[in-house]
Amino acid sequence: MTTRRSEVVFIDGVRTPFGRASDKGMFARTRADDLLVSAIIGLLERNPTIPHDRIDDVVIGAATQTGDQGLTLGRVAAILAGLPRSVPGFSVDRMCAGAMTATAMAAGSIGFGMYELALVGGVEHMGRHPIASGADPNPRFLTERLVGEEALVMGATAERIHDRFPHLTKQRADHFAFRSQEKAAAAYAAGDIQRDLIPVAHATDAGWNLAVRDELPRPDTTVTALATLKTPFRPHGRVTAGNASGLTDGATAALIGSASLAEELRLVPRMRLVSYAFAGVDPEIMGIGPIPATEKALRLAGLRMSDIDCFELNEAFAVQVLSLLDHYDIPDDDPRVNPWGGAIAMGHPLAASGVRLLIQLSRHFQKHPEYRYGLASMCVGLGQGATMIWENLSSKARKR
Amino acid sequence: MTDHSTPTPDMFADLVAISGDEVVSHSFVRDIPLRDGRVLALVTLDNGRDHTRPNTLGPRTLLEYAATLNALRERARAGEIHGVAITGKPYILAAGADLSRIDAITDPALALLLGRLGHYALGSLAEVGVPSFAFINGLALGGGLEIALHADYRTVSSAAQGIGLPEVFLGLVPGWGGAYLAPQIIGIERALTLVLENPLKQNRVLNGPAAHELGLADTLIPSARFLEDSITWAGEVIAGRLTVRRPHKPGRVERLLKWEAAVNIATKRVRRSLGTAPQAPYAALELLRAAKRSNRAQAFDREDAVLAKLIGGDQFRASLYAFNLVQRRAKKAAGAPDASIAKPVTMVGVLGAGYMARQLALLFLRQLKVPVLITDVDAAKVAAAIAYIRTEISTLLTKGRITADDANRLNGLIHGTDSLTDFALCDWVIEAVFEDLTVKQNLFADLEPHLDPTAVLATNTSSLLVSDIGAKLQHPERLVGFHFFTPVAVMPLVEVVATAVCDEASLATAFVVARKLKKNAVRTADATGFAVNRLLAVLLGESLRAVDGGSTFAQVDQALAPLGLPMPPSTLLDLIGLRVGAHVLDIHYAAFGDRFYTSDTLHRLADHGLLLDKNERGDIVGFNAGAVKIAAQAVAQRGDAGARGRSRGKIRAQLTGTLGSAPDILTSLQDALAREVKTMLEEGVVAAAEDIDLCLVLGAGFPFHLGGITPYLDRVGASERVFGDAFHHPPVRGIV
Repeated sequence: MTTRRSEVVFIDGVRTPFGRASDKGMFARTRADDLLVSAIIGLLERNPTIPHDRIDDVVIGAATQTGDQGLTLGRVAAILAGLPRSVPGFSVDRMCAGAMTATAMAAGSIGFGMYELALVGGVEHMGRHPIASGADPNPRFLTERLVGEEALVMGATAERIHDRFPHLTKQRADHFAFRSQEKAAAAYAAGDIQRDLIPVAHATDAGWNLAVRDELPRPDTTVTALATLKTPFRPHGRVTAGNASGLTDGATAALIGSASLAEELRLVPRMRLVSYAFAGVDPEIMGIGPIPATEKALRLAGLRMSDIDCFELNEAFAVQVLSLLDHYDIPDDDPRVNPWGGAIAMGHPLAASGVRLLIQLSRHFQKHPEYRYGLASMCVGLGQGATMIWENLSSKARKR
Repeated sequence: MTDHSTPTPDMFADLVAISGDEVVSHSFVRDIPLRDGRVLALVTLDNGRDHTRPNTLGPRTLLEYAATLNALRERARAGEIHGVAITGKPYILAAGADLSRIDAITDPALALLLGRLGHYALGSLAEVGVPSFAFINGLALGGGLEIALHADYRTVSSAAQGIGLPEVFLGLVPGWGGAYLAPQIIGIERALTLVLENPLKQNRVLNGPAAHELGLADTLIPSARFLEDSITWAGEVIAGRLTVRRPHKPGRVERLLKWEAAVNIATKRVRRSLGTAPQAPYAALELLRAAKRSNRAQAFDREDAVLAKLIGGDQFRASLYAFNLVQRRAKKAAGAPDASIAKPVTMVGVLGAGYMARQLALLFLRQLKVPVLITDVDAAKVAAAIAYIRTEISTLLTKGRITADDANRLNGLIHGTDSLTDFALCDWVIEAVFEDLTVKQNLFADLEPHLDPTAVLATNTSSLLVSDIGAKLQHPERLVGFHFFTPVAVMPLVEVVATAVCDEASLATAFVVARKLKKNAVRTADATGFAVNRLLAVLLGESLRAVDGGSTFAQVDQALAPLGLPMPPSTLLDLIGLRVGAHVLDIHYAAFGDRFYTSDTLHRLADHGLLLDKNERGDIVGFNAGAVKIAAQAVAQRGDAGARGRSRGKIRAQLTGTLGSAPDILTSLQDALAREVKTMLEEGVVAAAEDIDLCLVLGAGFPFHLGGITPYLDRVGASERVFGDAFHHPPVRGIV
């Protein structure tokens, strides 16, 4: 008895506009599960040929799994989105890598022949669920010095990267942040971002409104303005609100499936999964997690960094992206890196962000048939990194 | 003729002045970008409260709405916006006119102004100069739905609940454009359903799919993405990519042939079911009739006039009073002990297996979903009762009202027994055996030793005193009266009867059980007839008094027609049974003496067995000839006995039924009712006049336009004639 192993392909992905997580943010009165359901319905509506009962699982990442992000969110969302009752669902948590983990685990099931089609995604309403809210860290963390006091303060872990790599200066971080805003603005101007946004009606104190764009980008920011921002994690520190991603509300959803199912349903998948890897580092310096994860993913793929044509790196903090680039001797402003900007401009709704990276990577592939391999990576709280490597299915390079 | 296009906001200053602390539903505007670069101005009505306080439309709300739309008209003219859409806060578009300050309308001119303000404000949507939309996201009642009817296009959410034009139910008409616009959009027959038929069917309202089906909305949109998809839909319409069809919009043929006939048929139907007493249905019918040929301005003027007349009238005020009783007082019974002291009911015992007992067992089974145990002295009757209940369960299953799992659950919960020892686990036991005091006394006394000491006992007696039934109990303090009305599944009232010795925990349990049965409970004292039957006994007694005085049953029915009761006295007698009717009169006469009338004629009619003739379908076709003869003979005998020496002419008058004119019969009844209600309040049978009215509305189907009965007794002068005062201060009545 053998199982039917399969290639895993990325079919389509969407997200809600990302809102500022604050009681004045556009989604302050919108539930997390409703955001997620909007993304799911929007995704299914624009893929009308996919029979809903063929979805083998709904796998959703959320860093906080209580309240409107509780009750095993994948199943909740499936019911709320009107999927057939026969479609199961569950939630996963790997903090910021929730959606990426959801994708990887569902991909594993597809690759092993257990699933043919999975709906993956993530949601984080950081306004309703501040990071680590409700958590009760074990006192042994501190009494036995298992982790440093600042390990749970993400901004402090980013400062730690500056400590370890003094040549990754605040000026470089600010410049990277400035470029992120600039690139995001350009992508918006070109209509690249909006095509994958599902508009969300949201109640406000002054009537219903329709969210059609991200709320966080600051296209008018300047390097000079960034330089003047406060460093909330340390006096005279380096990490500012400007060179870090903002607190964000948002949801993402994507469809991945087996290559044979895509063929059967005459879908045009955009990319093929090559490898994925998760790795751990010291929690106090969690932002360098992508380095070992990427090394592992490359090794599993049998590729070298020079084989990668395009990068989607989650910009939790500018310095944390710089540390990965620096490790591989990639210039700060390499055009292959985050061509449409990143989380510093658009926001980072923790467990939702992984799928945003994949959506954008798949769009870069479509735009650049000459690209063959792309890499998405992100750092994860408590000292982890996550990396996925995908192959462009519209790639001319592939035929070489 | 008034010109609706030019009113100015300051015309309505007098209404604003009396709007008091109106909870204003604000009109918030957001510019929504459409896909093709156009802009939809989305207006949200939101009073800032949660869903328990729906948006309502008072003068300030309407003026703000009008001002908002007028500003949008200017923006549309300037090319800044390309469509206007109205929607509501979550779950609610609007619940209609704000009726909280209606008492302040003390002047016919103000009443007229209220109609004109509604037309001015709601009508502004039709004047914005760009396509207008209503996104019906939830509750849309009365003026709330009329907002949407003024729009060019409507979408409705699949999850919307509570859509309708219930004005007629409240003694009004859809007079902010609804009576005119509804038939223009959905055709006359569907408009009649919306404006007349549904409100008169216990105020039935529609959900989203039903509203779409009726043609009220052009498209039905799934709730999860209702607003987003409504915006997209509107964008398609504005862009001209989507043509909206209105299959029910009346055409020439409908106007020529169907319209008048449909209104005539509906008028006949209303007359048959309600009589001619209520004004609002007929006013609505005439507006709908006239909507055929009127233009908008004429129609709206007519609506203003009709609305003003009704707002100023007695029937509307009484209806509003009754509506508030049913909405509020019925849900928080006066004199009900705190629910927290109620005992849990985990198993129900039913004593008796007859018709009533079966109905009760089924009701307890379905609503409480706890084991229900039935017993009777006759084992065959128990088996028949169980079989009946299982059949009912299977019918519910066949009709799709319950699932197979539910049916299995209910079937597993119903049991019959011939042993009282099986009642040991019952914590609520209700008896519904034959109305015989000794039987009931002995049954409870035999049962008591087998029961848990904390079990609550209830009796569904209608004619005996609860305290008498409990006379042989060791613990009479745990016995309550729990009086249902037939048909049990339909009638919403239970009289919870408190005896002098009854304990608070048992009473509290009774009120909680009533609520779980989805019934409204009213607390009454343990006095013959409780509340409803005592007043029906007055009604029947006065009717029989008139018959014995020489009027025919037909004349009595006719004389009482202005009350607009759900059925004339003769039909009521037929329904409850002549024997029971005679018994009811006897026990009230025995209990209260001469205030009540006891009738030998009725006993003789009971022996005869028939008052009304019916066809094979059960419809009443006329009075039974034998019965008419018996009544006439009774009059003649009385005449012979009591009128020796009186003129033959008077006797002839009695025989032919010309004695005792209609106004006399009605006045006598009014006075008798006023006297009895006053007495009941003095005796503390119920807590207040409001409870009398609630009982009559919920237990006897008395119409809203009487306000139950006491507002009517006040306004016709009966209260003043009988006890020199009124039940209500200030009186519940229109502009005098």
